Amino acid sequence: MGDITPEFKKQGGGGVNMTNLSAFAPGGASRTRAEIVAIIVTAIIVIGGLELALRLFEVPHYIMPPPSAIGTALVTQFPLIAPHLGHTLVELLGGFAIGASVGLVLAAVITQFPFSEKIIAPYILLLVTTPMLALVPLLILRFGFGYTPRIIAVALASGPMVMINAATGFRRTDSAKIALARSYGASTLQIFWKIRAPMALPMILVGLMIGAIFGLLTAVGAEMVGGGFGLGNRLTSYSSRIQMPEFFAVVMILSFLGIAIYAIFFLIGKKWASWDA
Amino acid sequence: MTDPTTHGPRPKLEIDGASKAYGTFLALQECTFSVAQNEIVSIVGPSGCGKTTLLWCMSGLHGLSGGEIRLDGMPIHKPHRDIGLVFQEANLLPWRNLRRNILFPFEVTGEKPDHDWIAHLLDRVGLTGFEDAMPGALSGGMQQRASIVRALSQHPSVLLMDEPFGALDTFTREEMNRLVEEIWLESKTTIVFITHSIEEAVFLSDRVVVLSGRPGTVAAIHDIDLPRPRTAEVMAGKQVFDLMNAIKGGIAGTRAKAAE
Repeated sequence: MGDITPEFKKQGGGGVNMTNLSAFAPGGASRTRAEIVAIIVTAIIVIGGLELALRLFEVPHYIMPPPSAIGTALVTQFPLIAPHLGHTLVELLGGFAIGASVGLVLAAVITQFPFSEKIIAPYILLLVTTPMLALVPLLILRFGFGYTPRIIAVALASGPMVMINAATGFRRTDSAKIALARSYGASTLQIFWKIRAPMALPMILVGLMIGAIFGLLTAVGAEMVGGGFGLGNRLTSYSSRIQMPEFFAVVMILSFLGIAIYAIFFLIGKKWASWDA
Repeated sequence: MTDPTTHGPRPKLEIDGASKAYGTFLALQECTFSVAQNEIVSIVGPSGCGKTTLLWCMSGLHGLSGGEIRLDGMPIHKPHRDIGLVFQEANLLPWRNLRRNILFPFEVTGEKPDHDWIAHLLDRVGLTGFEDAMPGALSGGMQQRASIVRALSQHPSVLLMDEPFGALDTFTREEMNRLVEEIWLESKTTIVFITHSIEEAVFLSDRVVVLSGRPGTVAAIHDIDLPRPRTAEVMAGKQVFDLMNAIKGGIAGTRAKAAE
């Protein structure tokens, strides 16, 4: 079984296997040569087929540019897009760092003191269900067109995701392991760092990954609402000028960013949080 | 063996009128017996009779509602350095390899590990060379052997074992029982062993305490006067057969009483 998926934690309640979250599942190392060939051939057929169909049916570029045009735009326009990519990354990293830190601390606190959970839970639910994008115009009104409103929006979007998942992780600690630590006289703090935290790590990573992806979506959305920079701003700008190859080039960059976020946390999980329980 | 409650040196462990209630549910009622130095005592009884509760109270993890449990004459109120615990299933930390699992107690207490002793124990249980293995990669028997090493690593004078081999198959279980006997013959630790297997209890113990259920009370104490090591011939003898039947009958009696 080990050669199909890294066992990503399966103790306690429903196991968390990050690989369930996407078709990315079987790690590169386990691919056979036949699989690699099949993957490449499929990609060529899909992309080539799309190119062919778009040209054959003479679909106008402003509806859907052919892959070759998107690729060309990606390469030639990249120097122009790159600074905007930088802005988006600043907002994402800044907002995510704040949101994730607060989310992790809150998760640790509410699971240590179940009473506080009852008080905090409604607000967290409110944050999760409120579309942060709706607040962006208000934030811009208050904080101007710079990074600040966007970073706040990213933090508000990613924090609750991190918190909810991390709290689930902290809650699933099994009592025998805590008893083990206590039998050696472990303090509450030792129990937290040596038992609860490592046990929650797989869920924490899932939370961080979901939070980061939510943060990316929120950053781009906020950029589309207002302000003159960032990848989201490029999307509105290119689409309003019907520069569809450039528009799709930005979409591609965003997809790569999302995949990169997934891959980073997947690899961290595989290295640090995959054990057969 | 002489009855340690009446004469001889002070018992290692004294369970003196121990009662434990969880809310209105009375799990243990005035259990009294003692465990002599270097003795192996098994506690058997129907499931839900309070065996594990009693052991957890003896470990100091759970407080008593009434009575007292004393180690070397001193009442136990919290986990004690001199008491090692072996849990149901191995209870290893799955994110640590065997070495770091065995060093876990030292990390918590801040003591310097006795590496020679740990190496000796690992060799004793046949785990030398598996120090870097993750628990998930090992069989249940190997995991439980590692947990015994962990429990013995700090030289406890008492080892409390809570149905440690209940999840293992019969063959592994017999092997583990022989291992416990060997370790005990060598180290002369005092062992309290919880089990629902009468055969296991008879094989390992100097005395078997039968608990009756709801609330848990001491129904009977049987002396197991058999030579050690207890070979297959000894275990196949008539004496063992009679002992097992007597214990079985006692447990059946407590269940009938509980059903009334």
